[in-house]
Parts: sequence; structure tokens; C-alpha cells
Amino acid sequence: MTATDTLAAPPQAVKSNSLLQLTLRRLFKQRNARAGAVILGFLILVAIFAPAIAPYDPTLSLLDIEPVTIRQAPCIHLLGCPEDQAQHLMGLDGNARDQFSRVVYGTRISLFIGFSTIGLAIVAGTLLGAIAGYAGGWVDNVIMRTMDVLLAFPSFLLAIAIITILGRGLQNALYAIAIVNTPHFARLVRASVLSIKEQEFVAATRALGASAPWILFRRILPNALPPLIVQGTLGIAGAILEAAALSFLGLGAQEPAAEWGTMLGRERGQVFTAPYLVFYPGFAIMFTVLAFNLLGDGLRDAMDPRLSQVSKAK
Amino acid sequence: MPAKSAAPNGNAPILEVRDLKTYFFTEDGVVKAVDGVDFYVKHGEVLGLVGESGCGKSVTSLSILRLIDRPGEIVGGEVFFEGENLLDRPLDSMVDIRGDRISMIFQQPKSSLNPVFKVGSQIVEVFQIHDEKMDKAVAWEKAVALLKRVGIPDPESKAHAYPHQLSGGQAQRVMIAMAMALQPELLIADEPTTALDVTIQAQILDLIRELNHETNTAVILITHDLGVIAEMADRVAVMYAGQIVEEVSVEGLFKNGLHPYTQGLIKSIPVLGSVQEQLNTIPGSVPNLIDLPAGCRFASRCPARVEHGLSICEEHMPNLLEVAPGHEVRCWLYEDAAGHTAPLKPGKGKKKK
Amino acid sequence: MMTAKPLIEVQDLVKYYPVQGGIIPHTVAEVQAVDGVSFTVYEGETLGLVGESGCGKTTVGRTMLRLETPTGGEVRFEGANIFDLKGPALKALRREMQIVFQDPFASLDPRLPIGESIGEGLAIHGMGNGRERYERVIEALSRVGLERYHATRYPHEFSGGQRQRIGIARALVMNPRFIVLDEPVSALDVSIQAEVLNILKDLQRNMGLTYLFVAHNLAVVEHISDRVAVMYLGKIVEVTTRAALFRKPLHPYTQALLSAIPMPDPTLKRDRVILKGDVPSPLNPPKGCRFHPRCPIAEERCSVEEPALRELESGHQVACHFAERFL
Repeated sequence: MTATDTLAAPPQAVKSNSLLQLTLRRLFKQRNARAGAVILGFLILVAIFAPAIAPYDPTLSLLDIEPVTIRQAPCIHLLGCPEDQAQHLMGLDGNARDQFSRVVYGTRISLFIGFSTIGLAIVAGTLLGAIAGYAGGWVDNVIMRTMDVLLAFPSFLLAIAIITILGRGLQNALYAIAIVNTPHFARLVRASVLSIKEQEFVAATRALGASAPWILFRRILPNALPPLIVQGTLGIAGAILEAAALSFLGLGAQEPAAEWGTMLGRERGQVFTAPYLVFYPGFAIMFTVLAFNLLGDGLRDAMDPRLSQVSKAK
Repeated sequence: MPAKSAAPNGNAPILEVRDLKTYFFTEDGVVKAVDGVDFYVKHGEVLGLVGESGCGKSVTSLSILRLIDRPGEIVGGEVFFEGENLLDRPLDSMVDIRGDRISMIFQQPKSSLNPVFKVGSQIVEVFQIHDEKMDKAVAWEKAVALLKRVGIPDPESKAHAYPHQLSGGQAQRVMIAMAMALQPELLIADEPTTALDVTIQAQILDLIRELNHETNTAVILITHDLGVIAEMADRVAVMYAGQIVEEVSVEGLFKNGLHPYTQGLIKSIPVLGSVQEQLNTIPGSVPNLIDLPAGCRFASRCPARVEHGLSICEEHMPNLLEVAPGHEVRCWLYEDAAGHTAPLKPGKGKKKK
Repeated sequence: MMTAKPLIEVQDLVKYYPVQGGIIPHTVAEVQAVDGVSFTVYEGETLGLVGESGCGKTTVGRTMLRLETPTGGEVRFEGANIFDLKGPALKALRREMQIVFQDPFASLDPRLPIGESIGEGLAIHGMGNGRERYERVIEALSRVGLERYHATRYPHEFSGGQRQRIGIARALVMNPRFIVLDEPVSALDVSIQAEVLNILKDLQRNMGLTYLFVAHNLAVVEHISDRVAVMYLGKIVEVTTRAALFRKPLHPYTQALLSAIPMPDPTLKRDRVILKGDVPSPLNPPKGCRFHPRCPIAEERCSVEEPALRELESGHQVACHFAERFL
């Protein structure tokens, strides 16, 4: 025994990595995910510093303040707009409000919509899915059949129907989007819970005498998180689009709120006469949705357990 | 049984693998799963390829058939099959080899069968892939005959069964039937009985042995189970961390295994009927295949290195050298035949360079 | 071992799994995983429970710990039927009985540093403060040959053998008296397997533990067990001491099992009993003796009358009508 003791491997000074660290490292090895993260970081900065970035109050009509006209074309000094005119990077809208300021402030609303609706949907969906998956039996049946009913409607029509009941407005649109998204998360969580429930580490915790809530909240749900994060990130992109579409139809954010969808909806008749009023909000929506989609796809790859096995060759 | 100690050139080998290297290019680095493997298989013999998980034995067998997918790549070496280097062939023409002349069976028979087709049809397909003109009815007859040959009870009706209707042992018999359908010259069996129960394992091993004797098909039997090796193999190649460390007849392995890893492995298995208080263990663990040591890959775990105080082990890689007819070892303890010196001096802490 | 007192008595343990089917889901059949199993585990011994896949050996171990709900029967721990326990009494019993699982990769939560996994039981039972728990975790780690600094590492940073030792440490930290070892080495390489077996033996000697060692590998079971019970299709067919089982097996199934094991000795020539056919489905086990369709010595009586587990020699029980032939 003593002869072989000298062979014992010395403690290596390798630093320990949690799964989270490994996932993040894999995430940022992907160019697409890096691009998504950079765009998203940029958008968050814009949202935080909107008051500093935007030269005007987004809801203020400049008609009585400056010598301007409605739907005035962009005036950019660098591009040769006379210095004596006030600069309006994206022109003025139909109420003579500074479009650039409105687009900048729109970031706040859109990110808020994305995070709050999906946050709500995740909380509700996780709770429902976890209870259904863990309890099983008739509880599972009642919850999941209700979710199936919700999923049976085309989601946008369902959102419109919910708003019809609740009344129009941004807040109600948020609820509608959250409700429409909940079943997806409930299904996802239930499926994860069902598979994680059968894992041996859960049985080990049961053998230690843990209670059901302990097992559910400490063992099962944390391990059900990765697919939820992926779905959530992609879901935010969808939610922003849905909110914009609802606002475009006049069901979501109302005037004078600086919401990209509302802006598009109001100026949609001017696509040919004042394309800058439609282009910039549209571009902002695309840009934001793209960021979340890139990041979501990257997360999916980074969290795929099959990829993490690559390093352990047979 | 053929004479086991005969020199390899006395009876030209059917397969000769030289300096085979298969690496996996992963994000974490280059995994040298197979790193300079040499061995040969003679006509009609059973070569046991033994080693622990991760030693590269499965990758070696897949490399022979060039079934390595990205991120893996065969980066060097030669695989001579009946005198032809398979690695020089265009990849497309490997289909003429696979199944036809070299076939393979795997550890998980059930996942190796296509779940949506009848087992009879799957065997018929094997015939038709290699002979498109073969009549369906004739092929079906042949399939049933094969199922009968591998010991499937009631083969006529079992040919109509789907894979999920078979037990694990039956599924492995079907896999063997498919593998033997075209009478290959070489059968690679990758852990064929690991997923099966002992009583079923005994049946399957019996079948493989019978087929080997009957058709003179050479077999490479990959396993981690030294018991299976002892019962089945004529010669054995022991793999460790992507290399062959010892190659010898099966009697030689158990009576006179020379490599410290071989010795440790044999001593660490509990043997039925001989009770020991403590089992021998091999301390430490297999080196990381991404970051391999410069010297012998077993050095950090080798009790003989400590006992003999050899420092060369950690600096230079020993070669796989023939120390007796038909017995090759990769270890500095036995190197002096080639001019390198690290002679065996039991109990002495002498080292030379 | 002679006058040892029973720690655990299992009596007529039954576990059926219902099979659901039909348009309106209802039980259409039952998998008879464990069907009337009785045995006793004495204090300080290792009872090996051996059998092929699907014979119900794992279910026995898991049902004894109430990880599965029993269909019938009793398990008495020091005289008290644990199937009657509820709430705090059951929780208290959990400290006495622990389990080590087969798959070292699945049995640890990948998101927790292993120190937390090991200490979880202490936290669940509110044993000691943070500092004391940490000390006990470190002590458990050192008992299985791991170091203090390992406690903050994550499962993916360990090899299979190390993870299995972590699984053992998690059971040990509770200071149990009885541990079910559910195929603890069958996922490991042979050299690692030897290491884990040695640790298990040492721990038993030093801590006076009682083991139920569930495995399919007879050589491993022989190495570690004091007595061995052989299962086939949900029933125990033979129970005896290690020496008697391997020297003089009395049940034809045990004999076949022993002779089917490949021995690491190429010079050995044995007369092998190769069983015909496959293990029947526990969904619809054969009538009479469950082994009779594969049994080399079966007679008509075997297909009609189920043999009882009877004591043929002192401490040697067999369930076969014709076991006397092998005496």
C-alpha cells in the first residue's frame, strides 16, 4: 500500500468550474451568440440612458416650439442639413414629435414588454407545469388539458380575444401576451420535471428524507431551468413582435406612448411619402428580435448536453 | 486451433493496422483517442482487444471501417486488409468493404436495428445492397436460413417480427445474422455481450465461437471483460490511453503478462471461487487524452516505475517491442532488446539512460 | 456471524407495477417485479442479492427504503414494520437506511458542488450548524479517500470511480446502520471497481455497517458478501452462505449462472450448462416453478406446483422440488 501511495495524483491547481461557467464559456465561443449579446447589451444601455440620448421629450409636439412642419424629413448636420435648422436624425412624425427620441424611448417599452410578459409567462407556466408534472394523476390532467385548450387557438387571435374582454391598452396587451405564452412554458417544464423526477439524484434526495417541496424546488426545478432559459429568450423575441403587432392594430400601447408598433401603425399610410417614419421603428423591431433569437439559439447550443459530451471521446 | 506463437509472416495476416492515429478535434482541444496503434489479425483467429472505457478500442474498430465522423478524423497510419491499405481507398468505395468483407456488431443490438422494419426485411436489405439483382423471395429464404443458423427459435415467423418484439439476446443474434449474411472475412464485435445477462452472454459467445470455427471468419473481439477474453480469444492486444501496451497469446497474457498495466488489470478482478480480502487496485486515473504526458502514459500509475526507480518512464515513450516470439510489450522495463536500456533489476533502484 | 441478531427482516414482499392501457386508461396487466420475497439481513453482515436484469433485485432494494410503494408484505427494521411509518418517524428512519446507486453520473445533481450534495441529508434533517455540517462532509470525504478541496468541485469534474465514492460519502454522512448498494460497481471499469469494493469493505469493518449488495456479477458478489440470495423472475430461488453457494449450489438456476460466467483463465476447461431461451416476461411468468421452461432437470410437477423456499441444510434454503439430488 505504501509503495503505491507515492503514486497518488497530487492535488491539481485546476480551478473549479460550475455548469453555469462552462455554459457561458461555450455560449461566447459562438459568433452568433456573441453578436446577439452585443446587440442586446447595446439595447439595454440605450433603454437605461434614453433620457440622455434622446434630444427631445418623445411625446412633445414641436409645432409650437420650433419652426417645423409635420412629417418633416430628417435633418442631419453631418449630411449637409443647414446648421441653423434644429437637428432631427429621423425626422418628425405626424404630430411633429422627434422620431429619433421616440425610437430611443421605444427601446424601453419593447424591452419592458419582452421581459415582463415572458417573465410572467415563465412564472405561471413553471408553477403549473411543475405541479402537473410532480403531482401527476388528475391534477396533471386538469392543468394540461386547460393548457391544450389555450394552445388550440391561434395565439394572436387568442390575444385579441383576451384584449377584447379586458379592454385595450398596453397593460392588458401584456397580460394577453403572457397568457398566450404560458402554455408553452407549462408544457416544457412539465416534460423536464417528468424526466428529472426519475433521475437517481432525485431518488437519492428522497432516500435522505427530503419533503416534496424540497425535492421540487431544490432538486428538480433548478435542473429544469436550461431549456426554460432558451425558450424564454426566444419567447421574448416573439412577445416583442406580438406586442408590436397588437399596438399596430391599435389594441396595445396607445398614443402618445412611444411604442414601435404604434408608431408603425400610425404612419403606415406614409410608407411612400415619409418612409423614414416607418423604416426606423420597423428596423428597431427587427434588430431587437434578431438579438434575442441569436442569443436564444446560442444558449440552446451551449446548453445541449450532447455538445458537452464531445470533449469526452470514447 | 492455429499455432499461436508463429511469426506473423508465416501466415500473412488478414488485417494489419500500423501506427493508426484517430484524433477528435473538439473545442477543448485535440483528443488523441487512438494514437499510434499497431496490431494484426490472422486468418480465422480471434483477436481480443481489451481495455477500459476511454482507451480507444471502439474508435480503433470504427477507424478500420472508416466510420469516423466529425469532429473525429483519421490523421495517420495504415490499415492493410488483404494487402490493401483501406485508408487509400476513396471513401465512397468503402461500402464494398463494409458488411461485405468486414462486418461489425455492436454493444446495443436493439438500437442497431431499425425499429420500423421487420428483421427479415433488414437482412434481405443486406443481400440486396450488395447484389441488386437478387430476387426478393430468394433473399427472404436466405434470411430465414440465417436466422435459423444463429439459433432464433421458429425463424419463419420471427422473420416477420419487429425489433421491439425481440429480447436483447435475440436482437444480438439477428445482428450477428446480418453481419454474417455476406460471409465476411473479418467480423468486428464491439462489446457484443456487455448489455446482455450472463446466461444470454454464454449463448452469444458460443454462437460467435461456432461461426468462427465453421466459416473461418477472423474476429476482432472488443471487450473490457477479461473473462470473455480468456474464453474466446486466441491472441490479445491490451490497450491503454490510445495505444497498444501489450500483444500476446491469450495463455501468455494470463500466465506471463509483462506490462504493469496488464498485471494490475488481471489482479484487480475478483475471481469466482478464490476469495481475497483486498483486491489489487491501480491507483490514480487514466491521463487526459487532450493533455497527454510526454513519456509512458501509464507512468503516473505504474507501481513498477516506483519499485525500480525509473525516471525515463516520465520522459520518453517506450516502443512496442517484441520481447519473445509473438509477445510484444510497450514498457521500459523490457526495452533493452532494441538497444535502449532500462534493464530489469528487481528490487534495485538503478536507472540508466 | 453465528449468533448475530437480525437487523432487517423482509417478509413476503410484493411489488407489482400496473400496466395502463385502453382508451379509458385502466390497469390491463401487472408486471410482477417482486412476488413474495422473504429474507433476513443480520447486523454487520453483507447480504448479496444477485440475479439477471428484470429479476426484481433492484426493486427489492428500493422498496425496502420506501423509494417505491410496496404492493404487499412487510419490512421490519429492528422489529418495527417500516411500511407503517409516516411523517417524522419515517424521516427519522431515513437516517438509518441509505442507498448508493448504480449510475455515478445520474446520482449526483450536476448543479451542486459535491460538498453540498453530500451535506444535503444533514441539512434536510437539520443536523448541526453550517460549520459542523461542513466538518462532517469533510470527514465523509476523507473516509472514501477524497480530499477537502474536492468539496467545492462539481460532479462533471470527477471520474466515474470518484463519483461513486462521492455517492458512498453521501450515504455515510448520515451515519446510517444499513446501506443498500444497488449495483454500485457495475458501471465502473475493473481497476476502479476494485478500488470501490475495497473502500466498501473497509467502511463496513470500521463503522459496523450492514449492507444489502445488489448486483448481477457473481464474482463481485462472492468477493464482498457473507451470504448470498439468488433471485429469478421476482422470486428468491436460493439463499445460503457465500462458501456454500459457490462450492455447492443446489438450485439448477444458480448452477447455470455460475457456469455461465466467463473465467479469466484460458487453461480452464469447464462443463458449462448453457441455458436455453430467454428469461420470460415478468408480465406473464410461467406457472408452477418460474424457472421450469429453461430448467435442465424440470419434470412435470415443476410446471404445476410452485416449489417453496425450504431449508435443506443449516442456513441453506432452496426453492426447487429436486434440490436433494445435488446434496
